[in-house]
Amino acid sequence: MKKLINAPEDVVREALAGVAAAHPELRVDLVNQIVVRAEAPRAGKVGLISGGGSGHEPLHGGFVGVGMLDAACPGEIFTSPVPDQILAATKAVESGAGVVHIVKNYTGDVLNFQMAAELATDDGVRVETVLVDDDVAVENSTWTAGRRGTTATLIVEKVAGAAAEEGQAIEAVAELGRRVNENSASFAVALTACTTPAAGKPGFDLPEDEMEVGVGIHGEPGRRREKLVSAKDIVQICLDAIQTAKPIGAGDRAIVIVNGLGGTPLIELYLVFGEVAAALRTAGVEIARSLVGNYVTSLDMAGMSVTVCRADDDIIRLWDAPVRTPALRWGG
Amino acid sequence: MDTPLTRGWIARVASTIADQADYLTQLDSAIGDADHGVNMNRGFAAVTDALADYEAATVGDLLVRVGSTLVSRVGGASGPLYGTAFRAMGKELATPTVDSAQLAGALRAGLEALQKLGAAVPGDKTIVDAYLPALEALQAAVDAGESLTTATAAAASAAHEGMRSTIPMQARKGRASYLGPRSVGHQDPGATSTWLIFRSLAEATAAGG
Repeated sequence: MKKLINAPEDVVREALAGVAAAHPELRVDLVNQIVVRAEAPRAGKVGLISGGGSGHEPLHGGFVGVGMLDAACPGEIFTSPVPDQILAATKAVESGAGVVHIVKNYTGDVLNFQMAAELATDDGVRVETVLVDDDVAVENSTWTAGRRGTTATLIVEKVAGAAAEEGQAIEAVAELGRRVNENSASFAVALTACTTPAAGKPGFDLPEDEMEVGVGIHGEPGRRREKLVSAKDIVQICLDAIQTAKPIGAGDRAIVIVNGLGGTPLIELYLVFGEVAAALRTAGVEIARSLVGNYVTSLDMAGMSVTVCRADDDIIRLWDAPVRTPALRWGG
Repeated sequence: MDTPLTRGWIARVASTIADQADYLTQLDSAIGDADHGVNMNRGFAAVTDALADYEAATVGDLLVRVGSTLVSRVGGASGPLYGTAFRAMGKELATPTVDSAQLAGALRAGLEALQKLGAAVPGDKTIVDAYLPALEALQAAVDAGESLTTATAAAASAAHEGMRSTIPMQARKGRASYLGPRSVGHQDPGATSTWLIFRSLAEATAAGG
């Protein structure tokens, strides 16, 4: 393993120290391990926090700032944050208007956020939880922990963040987040495993001519292993799964993301986006907005995910609203 | 069982988890996200610190503190699950000394709290598959009038068998469930740490602390 680290157990804390040094506009609390927008809490504004295991950067800390999250709580690598952290973040952004927790659907994240929400409620804070479960590689059934939260989290955070920024009430902010999630579907393919600093070696062996289909963002193997095929055919696998789970077609508009998992160059992601765009146009879908890059990563895993979010006027307007965070910035 | 024995149990859990951390992480990398050993070890190292200067009046006080520390330090699913189980167990044991029947009752309360939170049932390939048979074996031994040493040894052995029984199971809870049929053939890391906890209990009891 070659990594730019000092010691595996210090990676998260030292990376946060780096975030603090690079972004003086953010408050980084190294004791509670949270990243908070400098001006939070702002009177009357609904607070918006998210969190999860580290290793998915820029998610979530890179999305803290104007028009998006008020705070993020990063856990250890691929390990959800603890209730203490989430409670500290909740209190740091609470202005009286309530706090929305954006939670990716993993057992650990759900349990820790649930415990924190109970503690916050005991302290008189109104908490609404938006659960993100866009990854259609996993069936939603009693036989699994349910669909995983992946790249749609970014869209949920952007749209709900813009709604909170313009002063919408907690019910409306949460409802918008849930609406984005319900209309989003993602599917990922990996070309390599990733290496966590603690394990020091790749999570699984993947021969040169094979790929993992239907992976999540925690280095685990996917739903199945197949022979590596062309980008065009990989895109077809992704879009077929998306279309089966959440059909989208003529007359629909969409926000489309091709997201790198951390180890794939941008040139390949753009090539993939071209294939996605062509296939969606053939299906009659209008690509209203798009994003290409590494946003919801799995450390150094090579591969990518495709996310399609059916978007209405509200969602597109809020997507376009100004945002100023380390990893996403546009508009005023 | 008294407070020194309880401390002895938890100290053994901490040292066993530290010894087996790589093994737990290796099991977790096959069907999870390769962090179970690291997380449990961080949690029980924090527990060791938290108990060092803690003057506990009852067995329950110690176990509640163990649980709270795990919730605050482990993260993932195992932090809330084990933490809640230890806390629920502790709340049942409000005296300096408890008998075998009380211990069995507390372990049952711990399992119930864990299942309420995690919603896992036997056969899901989780902690429950080692915990439930261990509890049943302990309860049967206690009901038969066996000593605490015999009862906890029976529990450890049943936990081991329960842990092995997870190998052919297809996971229906937690991260391993994402693998579907590919989770078959692997031993569940959570069931494995549960076995280590029961084995430590048996060892501590046999050694008298």
